[in-house]
Amino acid sequence: MVNSSPNSILLSADGTPLKKSLSRSLRQQKIRALLLISPLLIFILVAFIMPIVSMLSRSVENDLVSQTLPATVSAIQSWDALSGELPDELVYKAFAQDIQNAAKAKVHTKVALRLNYEKSGIASLFKKTARKAKKWDIETDGPFKEKLIKVHKGWGEVEVWQTIKTHSPRYTSGYFLNAVDMRKTVEGADFQPEDKTILIKLFQRTLIMSLIITFSCILLGYPVAWLLANLPMRQANLLMILVLLPFWTSLLVRTSAWKVMLQQQGVINDILVQLSLVSDDARLIMINNEIGTIVAMTHILLPFMILPMYSVMQTIPPSYLRAAKSLGATNWTAFWRVYFPQSIPGIGAGSILVFILAIGYYITPEIVGGTKGVFISNRIAYHILKSLNWGLAAALGTILLVAVLILYWTYDKIVGIDNVKLGG
Amino acid sequence: MAKDSQAEAFVRFNRVQKSYDGETLVVKDLNLEIPKGEFLTMLGPSGSGKTTCLMMLAGFETATHGDIMLNGVSINNIPPHKRGIGMVFQNYALFPHMTVAENLSFPLEVRKLEKSVREEKVARALDMVEMGGFKGRRPAQLSGGQQQRIALARALVFEPELVLMDEPLGALDKQLREKMQFEITALAHRLGITVVYVTHDQTEALTMSDRVAVFNDGRIQQLATPDQLYEEPENSFVAQFIGENNTLNGVVKELKSGIATVKLDSGDIIDCKPVNVSEVGERTQVSIRPERVELNKSKLPKKAHTLTAEVLEFIYMGDTFRTRLKVAGNEDFIVKTRNSSNQVRLTPGENVEIGWSPECCRALDA
Repeated sequence: MVNSSPNSILLSADGTPLKKSLSRSLRQQKIRALLLISPLLIFILVAFIMPIVSMLSRSVENDLVSQTLPATVSAIQSWDALSGELPDELVYKAFAQDIQNAAKAKVHTKVALRLNYEKSGIASLFKKTARKAKKWDIETDGPFKEKLIKVHKGWGEVEVWQTIKTHSPRYTSGYFLNAVDMRKTVEGADFQPEDKTILIKLFQRTLIMSLIITFSCILLGYPVAWLLANLPMRQANLLMILVLLPFWTSLLVRTSAWKVMLQQQGVINDILVQLSLVSDDARLIMINNEIGTIVAMTHILLPFMILPMYSVMQTIPPSYLRAAKSLGATNWTAFWRVYFPQSIPGIGAGSILVFILAIGYYITPEIVGGTKGVFISNRIAYHILKSLNWGLAAALGTILLVAVLILYWTYDKIVGIDNVKLGG
Repeated sequence: MAKDSQAEAFVRFNRVQKSYDGETLVVKDLNLEIPKGEFLTMLGPSGSGKTTCLMMLAGFETATHGDIMLNGVSINNIPPHKRGIGMVFQNYALFPHMTVAENLSFPLEVRKLEKSVREEKVARALDMVEMGGFKGRRPAQLSGGQQQRIALARALVFEPELVLMDEPLGALDKQLREKMQFEITALAHRLGITVVYVTHDQTEALTMSDRVAVFNDGRIQQLATPDQLYEEPENSFVAQFIGENNTLNGVVKELKSGIATVKLDSGDIIDCKPVNVSEVGERTQVSIRPERVELNKSKLPKKAHTLTAEVLEFIYMGDTFRTRLKVAGNEDFIVKTRNSSNQVRLTPGENVEIGWSPECCRALDA
């Protein structure tokens, strides 16, 4: 009767079930492994994951209005925003109360700025009102409708109240609508006026230019990777150093160097003029536009294309090409039918890497892109640093992240992510 | 006459030299003629130049000097894909992204054959190696032996007259290797193709080939049929490389009527067949096959010299006995005897008289 029946549980030497003692011995290994990586894990959690989550949550969070103007927000709910009439005295009184409190706590400028994204002019309206409102006695100074309109005639506009009502909920889709050139109005989602649409165009440009950069990298990188994989060791090592050389210089320096190269009085234009290929008064404009961004970014991202391609090509034995030739294939056929299909995983890995890096690139487009060559990430940086519209920046970032994930998923469906190799 | 022999040779290496670095020659002055339909093996240790010769024939390396002729035409300047030579590679080089059928169809596609013809030839080639049911598989889904068969079928599917094989059985286990050795030779003879086969495994070379070219140091040391190679090695390298061999070193004392008398370094005198020695006083390496050593004095010819040997080890191997002896100072002298009913079994420590007939003992270069 020693574990002979198939249903009996296997026991280890000391009589405990085998599964239990196995998991116990494995648990110790797991704990040790976890302890070893825990510093990194904690660092990533605190310095990377948490900021991203908090940033992403900003894209829908909207508690500023309801926190600063709580009475107004609850009073305005009963007002029919589409009636075309101004709200009644109750709303005005609640607002007067709120703005007075906010002014005393000095938080009115924040909400003013927030609402100003949605309707320009509101900021000055709020600031002016807040100054006056500090001296009011809410109980006795009414009615506030006339009083507020007297302070600023903006309070007599239905649109201002519509804006406040539209953006009073705690969570909003407003930032996402803004991110795709739409806006939230009382009637629902609506397209931005023609002169304010910029983001969709930027998204498109970012995608198209990233694709162009990826393809340029494939075209330029493939022969280099092939050489690297097929040259004798010594020469290959030298070439590898040349490929990696750019990593030893600062990104800023490399990008600025392109500025020197590409500008109208720059090296390339000078040479072209000297060779009389271009006349002096028609020097090519290659900087501060799309060309500048594409050229500089292709150069900067090229190693990220070459390295994965190289490591895949290294694993393709030269005997395949020889076999193809011995079977009667010309050099081209042997390459195209035998070598190229096997190098596709490398191209895939390099393309994903370059494309994802390109789509979120910031410094290079900022320096050489001018206005025509900037990416969506430059817009995100603008909203974070200058306009301080973090909600919109977060929404743009989220869309970018989702776009990359969708592309990744599509790639997985079409090519299969197992086919992506970074080596071996 | 000279013209005849040239026409007869299907493949011909004419004073071929090859150097990779311009300083040392990997192949030194190679002359070789292979008639149509022959199974020729290039045998040698690694670095002996045999694979380089094969690669030059296939067109993947160019000869530094000399001509390689195929069917009477110099192919030095013909690129590999126009030579029409089938080749089986060491690791098969089956294209991993194609199925078995696509692999076989590849040489036919690049020759622009019609689809129906292609399918028929692929099916025939697969049947030939008994792999008819594996059309749709990928190479990774096949065992080593199966991959080997597919590689063979792919090299034969476009009906080349010459097929090169570069250690094709190296990756297989012993049993499978022996089976494939037999199948490859049978197939080659049935199809009447000329095969140039490269290996470093001497058993493989002896069992498969019509003729074997033993390579060492960039030269062909001996080109002969397997039995000649084993029984009549022309120099000490071949004697050492092919089969098991006992060697004794000494100096030639006398050369007379086809017998060389050699004084061994231990002082003993033996009679040998002079092969590679031409004058008295020359140093020589004497080679005797372990199975030609006689322990029974009565079976030796008269006047044959005998030596006293001390038994060091007796190994029972089933069908044979191996006895390790100390003979004339050499402690690795092996004697192989058949396990017959009246065979003596020696015990370590015992002293015996051993001898051999002079024609079995070859005096070679030192």
